[in-house]
Amino acid sequence: MEVLFCISSLVAILSTVMVITRLNPVHALLYLVVSFMSVAMIFLSLGAPFMAVLEVIVYAGAIIVLFIFVTMMLNLGKETAEQERNWLKPRVWVGPSILAAVLLAEMIILLTKGQPGSMQVTVVDPKKVALSLYGEYIIALELVGFLMIAGIVGAAHIGKHRKRSFHRFLEDEAETEQQLKADYHDVHTG
Amino acid sequence: MSIQVNAVLIVAAILFVLGFIGVLTRKNILFMLISVEIMLNAAGLAFVAASAKWQQADGQVMFLFILAMAAAEVSVGLALVLQVYHQYKTLDIEKLNALKDE
Repeated sequence: MEVLFCISSLVAILSTVMVITRLNPVHALLYLVVSFMSVAMIFLSLGAPFMAVLEVIVYAGAIIVLFIFVTMMLNLGKETAEQERNWLKPRVWVGPSILAAVLLAEMIILLTKGQPGSMQVTVVDPKKVALSLYGEYIIALELVGFLMIAGIVGAAHIGKHRKRSFHRFLEDEAETEQQLKADYHDVHTG
Repeated sequence: MSIQVNAVLIVAAILFVLGFIGVLTRKNILFMLISVEIMLNAAGLAFVAASAKWQQADGQVMFLFILAMAAAEVSVGLALVLQVYHQYKTLDIEKLNALKDE
Protein backbone atom coordinates (compact mmCIF):
# COMPACT_ATOMS: atom_id res chain seq x y z
CA MET A 1 0.00 0.00 0.00
CA GLU A 2 2.82 2.34 0.94
CA VAL A 3 4.68 1.63 -2.31
CA LEU A 4 1.52 2.08 -4.36
CA PHE A 5 0.92 5.44 -2.68
CA CYS A 6 4.50 6.63 -3.22
CA ILE A 7 4.59 5.70 -6.90
CA SER A 8 1.21 7.24 -7.71
CA SER A 9 1.96 10.47 -5.84
CA LEU A 10 5.30 10.78 -7.67
CA VAL A 11 3.51 10.32 -10.99
CA ALA A 12 0.86 12.86 -9.93
CA ILE A 13 3.42 15.53 -9.03
CA LEU A 14 5.54 14.97 -12.15
CA SER A 15 2.55 15.07 -14.51
CA THR A 16 1.19 18.20 -12.81
CA VAL A 17 4.55 19.91 -13.29
CA MET A 18 4.35 18.94 -16.96
CA VAL A 19 0.80 20.38 -17.15
CA ILE A 20 1.76 23.82 -15.93
CA THR A 21 4.88 24.01 -18.09
CA ARG A 22 3.50 22.85 -21.46
CA LEU A 23 2.94 25.51 -24.10
CA ASN A 24 0.49 23.64 -26.31
CA PRO A 25 -2.93 23.24 -24.65
CA VAL A 26 -3.51 19.72 -25.99
CA HIS A 27 -0.21 18.44 -24.55
CA ALA A 28 -1.11 20.00 -21.19
CA LEU A 29 -4.52 18.30 -21.25
CA LEU A 30 -2.95 14.90 -21.96
CA TYR A 31 -0.70 15.30 -18.93
CA LEU A 32 -3.72 16.48 -16.93
CA VAL A 33 -5.45 13.16 -17.67
CA VAL A 34 -2.40 11.33 -16.28
CA SER A 35 -2.47 13.58 -13.20
CA PHE A 36 -6.14 12.83 -12.48
CA MET A 37 -5.60 9.10 -13.02
CA SER A 38 -2.75 9.06 -10.52
CA VAL A 39 -4.82 10.99 -7.98
CA ALA A 40 -7.48 8.31 -8.48
CA MET A 41 -4.79 5.72 -7.68
CA ILE A 42 -3.99 7.63 -4.47
CA PHE A 43 -7.68 7.49 -3.55
CA LEU A 44 -7.66 3.77 -4.14
CA SER A 45 -4.65 3.32 -1.86
CA LEU A 46 -6.39 5.47 0.78
CA GLY A 47 -9.34 3.10 0.85
CA ALA A 48 -11.84 5.16 -1.13
CA PRO A 49 -12.58 3.09 -4.25
CA PHE A 50 -15.86 4.86 -5.02
CA MET A 51 -14.14 8.24 -5.04
CA ALA A 52 -11.45 6.84 -7.36
CA VAL A 53 -14.15 5.73 -9.81
CA LEU A 54 -15.84 9.13 -9.64
CA GLU A 55 -12.52 10.89 -10.16
CA VAL A 56 -11.90 8.94 -13.35
CA ILE A 57 -15.47 9.37 -14.62
CA VAL A 58 -16.06 13.02 -13.80
CA TYR A 59 -12.60 14.61 -13.90
CA ALA A 60 -10.73 12.50 -16.44
CA GLY A 61 -13.90 11.87 -18.43
CA ALA A 62 -16.29 14.79 -18.45
CA ILE A 63 -14.15 17.79 -17.55
CA ILE A 64 -11.22 16.86 -19.80
CA VAL A 65 -13.60 16.24 -22.70
CA LEU A 66 -15.09 19.73 -22.15
CA PHE A 67 -11.61 21.26 -22.21
CA ILE A 68 -10.64 19.34 -25.35
CA PHE A 69 -13.82 20.39 -27.17
CA VAL A 70 -13.24 24.04 -26.31
CA THR A 71 -9.59 23.81 -27.37
CA MET A 72 -10.74 22.31 -30.65
CA MET A 73 -13.39 25.00 -31.20
CA LEU A 74 -10.94 27.80 -30.50
CA ASN A 75 -8.39 26.24 -32.86
CA LEU A 76 -5.56 26.98 -30.46
CA GLY A 77 -2.16 25.92 -31.62
CA LYS A 78 1.02 27.56 -32.76
CA GLU A 79 0.08 31.16 -31.91
CA THR A 80 -0.82 30.23 -28.36
CA ALA A 81 2.48 28.43 -27.89
CA GLU A 82 4.29 31.44 -29.35
CA GLN A 83 2.46 33.85 -27.07
CA GLU A 84 3.22 31.81 -23.96
CA ARG A 85 6.83 31.40 -25.00
CA ASN A 86 7.18 35.14 -25.41
CA TRP A 87 5.67 35.73 -22.01
CA LEU A 88 7.18 32.89 -19.96
CA LYS A 89 10.70 34.21 -19.69
CA PRO A 90 12.62 33.08 -16.59
CA ARG A 91 12.78 36.52 -15.02
CA VAL A 92 8.97 36.57 -15.02
CA TRP A 93 8.27 33.25 -13.37
CA VAL A 94 11.30 32.78 -11.13
CA GLY A 95 10.16 35.30 -8.50
CA PRO A 96 6.64 33.95 -7.81
CA SER A 97 7.90 30.36 -8.07
CA ILE A 98 10.61 30.90 -5.43
CA LEU A 99 8.12 32.56 -3.06
CA ALA A 100 5.58 29.77 -3.55
CA ALA A 101 8.33 27.16 -3.05
CA VAL A 102 9.33 28.84 0.24
CA LEU A 103 5.73 28.63 1.45
CA LEU A 104 5.55 24.99 0.38
CA ALA A 105 8.81 24.15 2.18
CA GLU A 106 7.51 25.86 5.32
CA MET A 107 4.32 23.81 5.18
CA ILE A 108 6.22 20.55 4.62
CA ILE A 109 8.50 21.30 7.60
CA LEU A 110 5.47 22.04 9.76
CA LEU A 111 3.79 18.82 8.67
CA THR A 112 6.87 16.68 9.30
CA LYS A 113 7.68 18.29 12.68
CA GLY A 114 4.43 17.09 14.25
CA GLN A 115 4.24 13.69 15.82
CA PRO A 116 4.04 11.20 12.99
CA GLY A 117 0.69 9.51 12.99
CA SER A 118 0.34 6.61 10.64
CA MET A 119 -3.18 5.74 9.69
CA GLN A 120 -4.65 2.35 9.26
CA VAL A 121 -6.19 2.08 5.83
CA THR A 122 -9.67 0.70 6.01
CA VAL A 123 -12.10 0.92 3.17
CA VAL A 124 -14.95 3.38 3.75
CA ASP A 125 -17.57 1.75 1.59
CA PRO A 126 -19.97 3.66 -0.68
CA LYS A 127 -22.91 2.60 1.49
CA LYS A 128 -21.62 4.62 4.41
CA VAL A 129 -21.04 7.61 2.12
CA ALA A 130 -24.53 7.36 0.65
CA LEU A 131 -26.17 7.08 4.08
CA SER A 132 -24.27 10.15 5.25
CA LEU A 133 -25.06 12.01 2.01
CA TYR A 134 -28.81 11.45 2.23
CA GLY A 135 -28.90 11.72 6.03
CA GLU A 136 -27.10 14.59 7.68
CA TYR A 137 -25.96 16.28 4.46
CA ILE A 138 -29.34 16.34 2.69
CA ILE A 139 -29.55 20.16 2.73
CA ALA A 140 -26.08 20.46 1.24
CA LEU A 141 -27.03 17.93 -1.43
CA GLU A 142 -30.04 20.00 -2.43
CA LEU A 143 -27.89 23.13 -2.49
CA VAL A 144 -25.50 21.32 -4.85
CA GLY A 145 -28.54 20.59 -7.03
CA PHE A 146 -29.31 24.32 -7.11
CA LEU A 147 -25.67 24.98 -7.99
CA MET A 148 -25.79 22.56 -10.90
CA ILE A 149 -28.98 24.17 -12.22
CA ALA A 150 -27.37 27.60 -11.94
CA GLY A 151 -24.32 26.26 -13.74
CA ILE A 152 -26.36 24.79 -16.59
CA VAL A 153 -28.48 27.93 -17.04
CA GLY A 154 -25.42 30.18 -16.76
CA ALA A 155 -23.41 28.18 -19.28
CA ALA A 156 -26.33 28.08 -21.73
CA HIS A 157 -26.90 31.82 -21.36
CA ILE A 158 -23.29 32.95 -21.48
CA GLY A 159 -22.32 30.54 -24.23
CA LYS A 160 -25.01 31.81 -26.57
CA HIS A 161 -23.35 33.24 -29.65
CA ARG A 162 -24.52 36.75 -30.31
CA LYS A 163 -22.99 39.54 -32.24
CA ARG A 164 -20.76 42.02 -30.55
CA SER A 165 -22.95 44.67 -28.97
CA PHE A 166 -22.17 47.96 -27.33
CA HIS A 167 -24.07 49.73 -24.64
CA ARG A 168 -26.74 51.98 -26.10
CA PHE A 169 -24.90 55.12 -25.02
CA LEU A 170 -21.72 53.91 -26.68
CA GLU A 171 -23.37 52.72 -29.88
CA ASP A 172 -23.32 56.06 -31.71
CA GLU A 173 -19.76 56.68 -30.65
CA ALA A 174 -18.61 53.30 -31.92
CA GLU A 175 -20.39 53.81 -35.22
CA THR A 176 -18.83 57.22 -35.81
CA GLU A 177 -15.44 55.79 -34.91
CA GLN A 178 -15.84 53.03 -37.45
CA GLN A 179 -17.02 55.56 -40.04
CA LEU A 180 -13.98 57.71 -39.36
CA LYS A 181 -11.71 54.70 -39.73
CA ALA A 182 -13.36 53.74 -43.02
CA ASP A 183 -12.97 57.30 -44.34
CA TYR A 184 -9.33 57.36 -43.31
CA HIS A 185 -8.77 54.07 -45.08
CA ASP A 186 -10.48 55.32 -48.24
CA VAL A 187 -8.42 58.49 -48.32
CA HIS A 188 -5.14 56.69 -47.86
CA THR A 189 -5.74 53.85 -50.30
CA GLY A 190 -7.85 55.46 -52.93
CA MET B 1 -1.31 -1.43 5.49
CA SER B 2 -0.51 1.97 6.89
CA ILE B 3 0.32 5.28 5.26
CA GLN B 4 1.67 8.37 6.99
CA VAL B 5 -0.96 11.11 7.20
CA ASN B 6 1.70 13.74 6.67
CA ALA B 7 2.77 12.19 3.37
CA VAL B 8 -0.73 12.48 1.90
CA LEU B 9 -1.07 16.06 3.13
CA ILE B 10 2.33 16.93 1.65
CA VAL B 11 1.30 15.52 -1.73
CA ALA B 12 -1.94 17.52 -1.58
CA ALA B 13 0.00 20.67 -0.67
CA ILE B 14 2.46 20.18 -3.51
CA LEU B 15 -0.35 19.70 -6.03
CA PHE B 16 -2.12 22.81 -4.69
CA VAL B 17 1.07 24.91 -4.94
CA LEU B 18 1.66 23.69 -8.50
CA GLY B 19 -1.84 24.77 -9.48
CA PHE B 20 -1.28 28.09 -7.72
CA ILE B 21 1.96 28.68 -9.63
CA GLY B 22 0.08 27.88 -12.82
CA VAL B 23 -2.61 30.48 -12.06
CA LEU B 24 0.05 33.09 -11.26
CA THR B 25 2.36 32.56 -14.21
CA ARG B 26 0.21 31.68 -17.21
CA LYS B 27 -1.49 34.36 -19.28
CA ASN B 28 -3.85 32.18 -21.29
CA ILE B 29 -7.32 31.90 -19.75
CA LEU B 30 -7.56 28.22 -20.69
CA PHE B 31 -4.38 27.38 -18.77
CA MET B 32 -5.60 29.37 -15.79
CA LEU B 33 -8.81 27.31 -15.73
CA ILE B 34 -6.77 24.09 -15.91
CA SER B 35 -4.67 25.26 -12.96
CA VAL B 36 -7.80 26.04 -10.94
CA GLU B 37 -8.95 22.47 -11.62
CA ILE B 38 -5.63 21.16 -10.27
CA MET B 39 -6.08 23.24 -7.10
CA LEU B 40 -9.65 21.94 -6.55
CA ASN B 41 -8.42 18.40 -7.07
CA ALA B 42 -5.70 18.89 -4.45
CA ALA B 43 -8.27 20.17 -1.94
CA GLY B 44 -10.38 17.08 -2.63
CA LEU B 45 -7.35 14.86 -2.03
CA ALA B 46 -6.87 16.44 1.41
CA PHE B 47 -10.55 15.79 2.22
CA VAL B 48 -10.32 12.13 1.21
CA ALA B 49 -7.13 11.77 3.27
CA ALA B 50 -8.95 13.16 6.31
CA SER B 51 -11.81 10.75 5.65
CA ALA B 52 -9.36 7.84 5.61
CA LYS B 53 -7.62 9.06 8.76
CA TRP B 54 -10.77 9.10 10.91
CA GLN B 55 -12.60 6.39 8.98
CA GLN B 56 -15.62 8.63 8.56
CA ALA B 57 -17.61 9.23 5.39
CA ASP B 58 -17.79 13.03 5.78
CA GLY B 59 -14.58 13.70 3.87
CA GLN B 60 -15.79 11.69 0.91
CA VAL B 61 -19.12 13.54 0.98
CA MET B 62 -17.16 16.79 0.82
CA PHE B 63 -15.18 15.42 -2.12
CA LEU B 64 -18.47 14.71 -3.90
CA PHE B 65 -19.51 18.34 -3.34
CA ILE B 66 -16.14 19.57 -4.65
CA LEU B 67 -16.61 17.37 -7.71
CA ALA B 68 -20.05 18.84 -8.46
CA MET B 69 -18.76 22.37 -7.86
CA ALA B 70 -15.79 21.81 -10.19
CA ALA B 71 -18.07 20.51 -12.94
CA ALA B 72 -20.41 23.54 -12.67
CA GLU B 73 -17.46 25.93 -12.47
CA VAL B 74 -15.71 24.52 -15.51
CA SER B 75 -18.85 24.63 -17.66
CA VAL B 76 -19.51 28.29 -16.86
CA GLY B 77 -15.81 29.11 -17.19
CA LEU B 78 -15.51 27.52 -20.60
CA ALA B 79 -18.67 29.31 -21.79
CA LEU B 80 -17.02 32.57 -20.67
CA VAL B 81 -13.81 31.62 -22.50
CA LEU B 82 -15.76 31.02 -25.72
CA GLN B 83 -17.56 34.34 -25.32
CA VAL B 84 -14.31 36.21 -24.66
CA TYR B 85 -12.78 34.62 -27.75
CA HIS B 86 -15.76 35.64 -29.90
CA GLN B 87 -15.67 39.21 -28.67
CA TYR B 88 -11.94 39.87 -28.57
CA LYS B 89 -10.42 37.17 -30.83
CA THR B 90 -7.78 36.44 -28.21
CA LEU B 91 -7.33 34.54 -24.94
CA ASP B 92 -4.49 36.73 -23.67
CA ILE B 93 -5.59 38.27 -20.36
CA GLU B 94 -3.35 41.28 -21.02
CA LYS B 95 -5.63 42.27 -23.89
CA LEU B 96 -8.74 42.27 -21.67
CA ASN B 97 -7.96 45.57 -19.99
CA ALA B 98 -11.20 47.51 -20.56
CA LEU B 99 -11.65 47.98 -16.81
CA LYS B 100 -8.10 49.22 -16.32
CA ASP B 101 -7.79 52.64 -14.74
CA GLU B 102 -6.17 55.04 -17.17
